[in-house]
Amino acid sequence: MSLWNRFFSSSSSAPQARERLQILLSHERQVLGGDDLLSSLREDILAVVAKRVPCDREAVKVRLDKGSPLSILEIEVEIRGEVASLGRAAA
Amino acid sequence: MAKIITVTSGKGGVGKTTTTAAIGAALARTGDRVAVVDFDVGLRNLDLVMGAERRVVFDLVNVVQGDARLSQALIKDKRVDTLFLLPASQTRDKDALTEEGVDKVIAELSSQFDWVICDSPAGIERGATLAMRHADIAIVVTNPEVSSVRDSDRIVGILDAKTLKATRGETVDKRLLLTRYDAARAARGDMLNTADVLEILSIPLLGIIPESPDVLKASNFGVPVSINDPASAPAKAYIDAARRLKGEELPVQVPTAPRGGFLSKLLRRAA
Repeated sequence: MSLWNRFFSSSSSAPQARERLQILLSHERQVLGGDDLLSSLREDILAVVAKRVPCDREAVKVRLDKGSPLSILEIEVEIRGEVASLGRAAA
Repeated sequence: MAKIITVTSGKGGVGKTTTTAAIGAALARTGDRVAVVDFDVGLRNLDLVMGAERRVVFDLVNVVQGDARLSQALIKDKRVDTLFLLPASQTRDKDALTEEGVDKVIAELSSQFDWVICDSPAGIERGATLAMRHADIAIVVTNPEVSSVRDSDRIVGILDAKTLKATRGETVDKRLLLTRYDAARAARGDMLNTADVLEILSIPLLGIIPESPDVLKASNFGVPVSINDPASAPAKAYIDAARRLKGEELPVQVPTAPRGGFLSKLLRRAA
């Protein structure tokens, strides 16, 4: 690092902070900012599943991996009890 | 009907409780009836910052669970007649607060006060979402520092998704309160400045509270900083923020670094 940089740039850490935050938050807003979509999806799925089988609010996990050209919507529902008996009950 | 304010931040230690006490006292000084509510169940501190820790008999959870009436739990401030505190419980039961219980207490407070100010716990868990549930206005307390700004951004997203206003399709009025602002360091480029944080979070600015020993001094005494020494820099900034909440169009003064010669700069740096 040149002497000039040592004197004038090394103490300015704020631009670094700003840049890192801008990059990070633009990513996080995409992933987490879909909160609205994900939470409504979660509510809808929970309502459908709960109609047939007993199911906790916490048992529905919805994740969205945004990518290009393909995004993956991952849905995981934990159900208590044996599936066989549940299947009969639902039928 | 009261205006409901939630003081929130995501990150801990940025000044939520200090802000709740200071804004509450400043609003009450104007004659408005103000209730400040500590939502930090298990880790109550608003009582201490307001100097009421030895007067707590009943708390928020007692009222929610029907073990005490609201009027029994509210503590009237000794300095400002129109300021009341509803302390948090110290129970370790995480489920002590329920949505229905909080709805009931807020409705009752709302009918008796002009302002209800909810001091949110840190984090984004249940306590924090319950504290923001009824918010008309959210004061997002942020330090000019990367982790605080990131957490504030997260909280802004949650305010837009999980509040009652959000579920009704309305939006919570979000205002940025920049705290622990060190003008000299911001001027040197050592600290994110006001413009940086505003650009990143893009919510309107409620005020800038300068870093100052007066804040710690006021909490040592158990007096809200806005009324401990109203002439001090942080008190003035909080009083101005309260006036803006009441609708006054008051330009925000960005604190500037005190100017000095080479020697005084050197001394400050060494200090």
